[in-house]
Amino acid sequence: MDTTNTTPSPNGHQTTPTRLTGSEILWATLVGEGVTEVFGYPGGAILPAYDALRKFPIRHILVRHEQGAAHMADGYARASGKVGVAIATSGPGATNLVTGIATAMLDSIPMVCVTGQVSSKVLGTDAFQEVDITGVTLPVTKHNFLVNRAEDLAPALRLAFQIAKSGRPGPVLVDITKDAQQATALFDFAAARPAPYRPHPMLKVEDSGLAHAAELIRGAKRPVILAGHGVLQSGAMEQLRTLAERAQIPVALTLLGLGGFPASHPLNLGMMGMHGEAWVNDAIQNADLLIACGMRFDDRVIGTPATYALKAKKIHIEVDPAEINKNIKVDVALVGDLAEVLEQLLPRISSKNQGGRDGSAWIKTIESSKGAVAVRDIKNLPDSGHLYAAHVMHDLWRITGGNAIVVTDVGQHQMWEAQYYHHEHPRTLITSGGLGTMGFALPAAIGAKIACPEKEVWVVAGDGGFQMTSPELATIVQEKLKINIAIINNGYLGMVRQWQEFFYDKNYESTPLVSPDFVKLADAHGIAGLAVRTRPDVETAVAQARSHNGAFLLNFLVEKEDSVYPMIPAGSGLHEMIRRPGKNPLIERSDD
Amino acid sequence: MLHTFVSYVEDKPGVLTRVASLFRRLNLNIISLTVGRSERPGLSRLTLVCEASAEAGHRIRASMFKLENVIDVDDIAGAPSVTRELALIKVAATKHTRSAIFELVEVFRARIVDLAPESLLIEMTGVESKIEGLIQVLTEGDNQILEICRSGKMTMRRGHHTSRVLRAMSQTAESDPEESASQVQQAQEGAVIQPE
Repeated sequence: MDTTNTTPSPNGHQTTPTRLTGSEILWATLVGEGVTEVFGYPGGAILPAYDALRKFPIRHILVRHEQGAAHMADGYARASGKVGVAIATSGPGATNLVTGIATAMLDSIPMVCVTGQVSSKVLGTDAFQEVDITGVTLPVTKHNFLVNRAEDLAPALRLAFQIAKSGRPGPVLVDITKDAQQATALFDFAAARPAPYRPHPMLKVEDSGLAHAAELIRGAKRPVILAGHGVLQSGAMEQLRTLAERAQIPVALTLLGLGGFPASHPLNLGMMGMHGEAWVNDAIQNADLLIACGMRFDDRVIGTPATYALKAKKIHIEVDPAEINKNIKVDVALVGDLAEVLEQLLPRISSKNQGGRDGSAWIKTIESSKGAVAVRDIKNLPDSGHLYAAHVMHDLWRITGGNAIVVTDVGQHQMWEAQYYHHEHPRTLITSGGLGTMGFALPAAIGAKIACPEKEVWVVAGDGGFQMTSPELATIVQEKLKINIAIINNGYLGMVRQWQEFFYDKNYESTPLVSPDFVKLADAHGIAGLAVRTRPDVETAVAQARSHNGAFLLNFLVEKEDSVYPMIPAGSGLHEMIRRPGKNPLIERSDD
Repeated sequence: MLHTFVSYVEDKPGVLTRVASLFRRLNLNIISLTVGRSERPGLSRLTLVCEASAEAGHRIRASMFKLENVIDVDDIAGAPSVTRELALIKVAATKHTRSAIFELVEVFRARIVDLAPESLLIEMTGVESKIEGLIQVLTEGDNQILEICRSGKMTMRRGHHTSRVLRAMSQTAESDPEESASQVQQAQEGAVIQPE
């Protein structure tokens, strides 16, 4: 290829159509969409595309399993707000992406997955490594495409990017046959632009709705704002904060909303739901008004709809009309982009000085309900000789100043992280909330580090989930990434064990877990590591990991049968929490 | 209750799968589904009937709109509308029994579209109950029904009602972008969300 004439300019905005192969069109379109990094794994049906890759200014991160590619693209998108891109070949390469795509779908992450497909001549013949991946991924993608002509590639890819990031974001898969990659077509990036984005026709923010919402807020005695992932997705942090401060309304956060409102803010209650603190869930149950901002009343947040916040009027600000009245019936629905809706609502809200509501009595009530179990500061707890995961999270938070990007896996450690690591800034907690995908942390952290190389990135994973995707340690080494890894190792599939303890008569069936020596495993990859067994060693170990030049793994051998408290048993109401047991050495008093 | 959705979808491979898959996911049985070309090039029109709770209509419609290939969705609900179904019924008939069947066909305003030595093919258009009425009297008259083929329901609102979304879209093609944007905006005001 004559690179002087046909390579698209770095911004991809070619002015004159150029004849390129489908493979070149693929990369040129990605470049045009602003893609600088992709995560992938080559194979037969995607080989033409890989053959053309070196001509384009795109960094390819070779993963060790395609699930890792999808999680990396996901972590990349969560950390940066940009669209993450994963590449895989046909058949097993494509099916290996599926768990990662579903993870992104459930958490509304903008992602584009490109898969190779067998040649269009043999489509549907059970050819080698053929799988109907658009059929397989239909329910777990926002949309998908099968492209079998080179000339259709650029429009399909550009539309895929538009769909992935517009409205409620989500993953889009583009399946490209091998012959479409090999054929040539005229490439004109500008001409391949999709039709203007058509917003969901049922979006609806009416003056009457805004007025009703403002009136409910003005009259509320016990209001609570419920802030979710939509705050980050919409970039509505400022608007949310203004609303909370002006109307003096405390803010409870969903797991994916953490970071959307500063943890240190006096109006921040903390995380709600299954493992939220009791005062948060009690405040919600006793509220007379809930203002749901970019959250979807997930079952992990509401317990059971039958007893959820029965005294409260409900305002729901949400971008997806299909979420309105899905789990919880609401009184006012403002269906639109959160930041835009709040911008329209804020002029109607007045502060206390301007005759607005006085929230002090309600805030005082919540403060007093925190009582003896308030998790304030567990630094000064006497060393009981046990190492608890909470200690690790607390110290990690303290030492990193709450400024690191923490990428968690799924399970007990994930909840402890949410409880004890206090996130000040958006996009600093990356976690699989909706699908609850074990094995997410390590690859997602790689994606986050690629997206934000200047940021400190920590993996927090359990011994179970870490082993699901641990081969990606080699990817860290190959890409020379400075990622710190904290394994919360309790020798059990801890969250499942906890459920067995609470609900299955302590029948610990298939939850005890033998693991490799993780420090040796890291060492085999050329990654330094350290095992940590006692509380006093946590701080020095974390400091050592941070200062080490290169990736570092800490294997925290924590108390084996510790449980996450408080807990709402599945299907129970928010007021029916299992509280921390009295003799648990982790009981923190407000004066600690 | 029975919900009837009338929808315009892109005329492309796999679109019907996406619509059907949505109902599968919601665990809703599709009672009737008809699809065919519409008055708009490149768009198919479908009428879909399903059984779901009264309050489910809003979410089904909102979810259908989320499918990228779905252009418009109308929930007919209780609105004044015309619903028709087409049935082809093949009945065993000899020259001795034909005339009795002819009479029935006449009464039901159906048509005979094929006549063979041992069978008749009846074409009938009407509401569901009328088609079932004909089938019933044929059966009661000791006629052997050999085959029945029914199209499923097709529904159209009465009066001068065209989807405001579609109307705005057709204007978009002719007028300048800014004006049409506001027209689409106005059209979307027709899609009101009514919290219960």
